[in-house]
Amino acid sequence: MTSPDALLEVTALQKHFAITKGTFLRRKVGAVRAVDGIDFAIRPGETLGLVGESGCGKTTTGRLISRLLEPSGGKIVLAGRDITHLSPGAMRPLRRDVQMIFQDPYSSLNPRHTVGSIVGAPFKVQGISTPNGTKRAVQDLLELVGLSPEHYNRYPHEFSGGQRQRIGVARALALRPKLIVCDEPVSALDVSIQAQVVNLLEDLQGELNLTYMFIAHDLSVVRHISDRIAVMYLGKIIELTDRDSLYAQPRHPYTVALMSAVPVPDPARRARAGRTRILLTGDVPSPINPPSGCRFRTRCWKAQEVCALEEPPLRPLAPGHFTACHFPVEPGETLRRS
Amino acid sequence: MVAYVLRRLVAAVVLLFVVSVVTFAIFFLVPRIAGATAEDLASRYVGKTAGPEQLKEMADKLGFDDPLYVQYGRFAKGLVAGADFSTGPTVEHCPAPCFGYSFITQNPVWPDLVDRLGVTMSLAAGAAIIWLVVGVSIGVLSALRKGSIFDRGAMGVALAGVSLPIFFTGLLALSIFAYNLGWFPPGGSYTAITENPGQWAYDLILPWITLAFLYAAAYARLTRAGMLETMNEDFIRTARAKGLVERTVVVKHGLRYALTPIVTIFGLDLGLLLGGAILTESTFSLPGIGKYAVDAVTNNDLPKVLGVVMLGAFFIILANLIVDITYAVIDPRVRLS
Amino acid sequence: MSGRGVQVTPLSDSAAWPPRVPTAFLDVRDLRVTFRTDDGLVKAVDGLSFSLERGATLGIVGESGSGKSVTSLSIMGLHKGQSVTMSGEIWLDGQELISASPDQVRRLRGRKQAMIFQDPLSSMHPFYTIGAQIIEAYQAHHDVPAKVARQRAIDMLDRVGIPQARTRVDDFPHQFSGGMRQRAMIAMSLVNNPDLLIADEPTTALDVTVQAQILDLIRDLQAEFGSAVIIITHDLGVVAELADDILVMYAGRGVEYGTADKIFRQPEHPYTWGLLRSMPRMDREVRDRLKPITGTPPSLINVPPGCPFHPRCPYVERNGIPCRTVVPRLPTDGSPGVACHIPEKERKQLFEDEIVPTL
Ligand SMILES: Nc1ncnc2c1ncn2[C@@H]1O[C@H](COP(=O)(O)OP(=O)(O)OP(=O)(O)O)[C@@H](O)[C@H]1O
Ligand SMILES: Nc1ncnc2c1ncn2[C@@H]1O[C@H](COP(=O)(O)OP(=O)(O)O)[C@@H](O)[C@H]1O
Ligand code: SF4
Ligand code: SF4
Ligand SMILES: [Mg+2]
Ligand SMILES: [Mg+2]
Repeated sequence: MTSPDALLEVTALQKHFAITKGTFLRRKVGAVRAVDGIDFAIRPGETLGLVGESGCGKTTTGRLISRLLEPSGGKIVLAGRDITHLSPGAMRPLRRDVQMIFQDPYSSLNPRHTVGSIVGAPFKVQGISTPNGTKRAVQDLLELVGLSPEHYNRYPHEFSGGQRQRIGVARALALRPKLIVCDEPVSALDVSIQAQVVNLLEDLQGELNLTYMFIAHDLSVVRHISDRIAVMYLGKIIELTDRDSLYAQPRHPYTVALMSAVPVPDPARRARAGRTRILLTGDVPSPINPPSGCRFRTRCWKAQEVCALEEPPLRPLAPGHFTACHFPVEPGETLRRS
Repeated sequence: MVAYVLRRLVAAVVLLFVVSVVTFAIFFLVPRIAGATAEDLASRYVGKTAGPEQLKEMADKLGFDDPLYVQYGRFAKGLVAGADFSTGPTVEHCPAPCFGYSFITQNPVWPDLVDRLGVTMSLAAGAAIIWLVVGVSIGVLSALRKGSIFDRGAMGVALAGVSLPIFFTGLLALSIFAYNLGWFPPGGSYTAITENPGQWAYDLILPWITLAFLYAAAYARLTRAGMLETMNEDFIRTARAKGLVERTVVVKHGLRYALTPIVTIFGLDLGLLLGGAILTESTFSLPGIGKYAVDAVTNNDLPKVLGVVMLGAFFIILANLIVDITYAVIDPRVRLS
Repeated sequence: MSGRGVQVTPLSDSAAWPPRVPTAFLDVRDLRVTFRTDDGLVKAVDGLSFSLERGATLGIVGESGSGKSVTSLSIMGLHKGQSVTMSGEIWLDGQELISASPDQVRRLRGRKQAMIFQDPLSSMHPFYTIGAQIIEAYQAHHDVPAKVARQRAIDMLDRVGIPQARTRVDDFPHQFSGGMRQRAMIAMSLVNNPDLLIADEPTTALDVTVQAQILDLIRDLQAEFGSAVIIITHDLGVVAELADDILVMYAGRGVEYGTADKIFRQPEHPYTWGLLRSMPRMDREVRDRLKPITGTPPSLINVPPGCPFHPRCPYVERNGIPCRTVVPRLPTDGSPGVACHIPEKERKQLFEDEIVPTL
């Protein structure tokens, strides 16, 4: 799975959040294993999708590789350089290379700052001077994301959700990063606006040769935009492959269930969907005490004894198709409706 | 729940310990660091007229040159077990909690404090009942009729209430109801409830109302804001969607939720007041803890100041403890998390 | 319309006087809801009509702010305060709700019509147990002893798939997971066997695997209880799963209303086309580009004159139709239709020629 020419390479990455108790004597009583040993690589110019249910560790992963969080273990290599434990000072020049776009276009922009100062802030922080001055650079960025240069002196509340997300994109683009981590960039937007932002991201990728990590829970949007997709469950990547094989031939039982659960906007397929849908029972277990062995075994219809004892490694079942399951779903297998 | 209460109790005891250390440090350590000698400290106990020998002797007797932990140990022992002072030939026992003897009156501090406490408690309890009932009811009604004449009037008065200082409203009340109309006694009269409950209440009505006015105004504003926010919560909409009558929606679902933060503030306010309602007591010349504190500070009467500080801290910690426990009773999320 | 879908009422009848009581179980006629705000008058719902029979499901779709929730709250009689003005008629099982007294509507609420909300955590009172809240809903309409109500609550929790309902009934909402909370919310809304269940974005806050469970549950329960269901969502996939009929809303108005089959297979309104085109679909080949609707939804304080969709519509003023001046409307008698000035034949042609290839 690792490739020497990867832009970003992550091995055994972990993030455990300590749970502490007590006001005077803070003692550690456990840990949320938000990300618990994941490996993947992102090639230059590609879009890696990251899907999974809420709380499975997608945002944490994104924040780790943007180094907004300190990893508890593992290694992050960006363009050949180990950035796992770089100090904030040493990280600063590298911040230019990785930027993040956030889910909530309402709360991620400071309401007291003008669009100009929000989008121009990265130049200031990094102490970068631009040929025709920061203002010009910011106005160019605004145009690039489909806003008007006149918006320079306006405030975020004067914009709609979609426009605010464009401001967030402009800010992320300011320093011409190599990698942009998009954390649910369209989840809070209306359907008609979602498509505008998705198209914008795709256009910019082509124009500026960007690499994306695209985090989302909406499988159809991820499918549309990604080249390869990683599926997460409870802090682990359980399947990772290119977009077409994932949707055509998912091998992990969880991926199969996840995809069959997506409602399809076609009433004629309703009857069929009802028959083939795999209804998972129960909810995702807590990441504080994940099940032993395979984490999905409490909801898996294929689980056997070994699943509770041994954790299945993420291994290639076909070239480039990695699955972490002892009993992967075979092509043509009839799925039991649980 | 039991574990929660126990944890809170332990925390409260630890906090009391910390307060005693800090108090000790402020009164005995800081002056030393600031350059005062053992004799200087001793001089506060024997008066300015004493000669150097006397001072030296006193400093020795009070142990101002002993190691710090011994000094603190003595101080703490006095608080929990009482202390013995040899005043010349006789040994005098100062029962726990011992804050020492007043420089001025030579009385032990604690019995005096207990005496005063009755006054302050009477004042605080009576006022608290009034402000809680009046403040919360007005707040709720205002919230339910937001924008009405009642709301605007009540909030206007409340704004005045929170902005006018006690000595102003107190003096105004005294001059109108005591001096001009003569309905109530002027300041300075206090009758213990054990002696004559009627007289007790009659004497305290003006201070109660003055103190309650300030707090009722604040509580009305708080309650109104809390109710307005609560009545917009999703669970209120759910309660209505069930077809409950509006009264149930407001009281059982709205008020119960909106009152939670008020319980916290109420506990702390009450704790603070029990440590001395200084302004009210001064304005009405009531012999409570607050007045005692003012006297102590103006006379630089160290043991009295010490007593008042420790007592105030005790009440605040106690109030905090009670608030925490009440909170857990009201809000299951606190209890079960 | 389709056999078990919306009742078709002949247009001519609605003009008759005195107005007859509609025969449909739920009949909304020309509903208008406005809010007075500091910025101006918000026309949240502006002339909406539809109808629904027992046992049928209506899906209301539209973007945020299109007036879906306001519509459902009107049927529940939950609009409060002096800032709101309602007009039109809402007939529920032969009784008109807008002119009814608040107390009459309250008596119906929770028994005749019940509602599930989007966020089950904030929609439940954090201080009372799940059981207590369900019991309260039952006792509001049934004069039964606490013991009976409690048993009823346990039965309902059991029915909606809460494991160990007998002990979990005494849990507080925060002790339930998101999916279980929504199940509990459904149990609460169904405890009085309502004839109409309104589900406002019931799965938006849930994960897709849990969403599938909840949609399944709603479908089963409807079959079992035979109630009418209104499902409100912005997710076309969710309505396709459940709805017999669909009402597409835009800027407080219905723009297209018909059977689910029709809306998904032969939609006729440019906005519906835009919606269907703009979303990526799991059941189609991946397209190179999405086709978004240009522009943004209008403010409901300054709704564009004429057709509210005209600033974003690619067919505006096509062949001289008066899009900018004349408001196209759905039939006011609650029968299906399309609110667009393009003639029906031409719309169908346009769909076949221009839209189908891009879907
Ligand atoms: N600062 C933190 N302290 C403790 N736990 C945390 C913290 N941040 C995240 N977590 C926990 O880590 C897990 C993964 O969180 P994360 O935000 O990455 O999930 P996600 O997949 O992005 O979910 P969503 O779709 O809801 O945003 C969750 O259980 C979350 O509660
Ligand atoms: N109480 C209210 N006061 C003022 N405006 C409101 C109120 N409730 C809803 N609105 C407005 O009505 C419009 C429709 O709202 P709503 O029906 O909640 O949208 P949605 O389709 O997302 O459910 C929005 O513009 C909203 O801001
Ligand atoms: S390893 Fe076992 S439990 Fe896990 S997904 Fe595969 S079959 Fe299911
Ligand atoms: S009426 Fe005109 S503007 Fe409105 S949808 Fe039809 S063609 Fe478009
Ligand atoms: Mg997230
Ligand atoms: Mg809504």
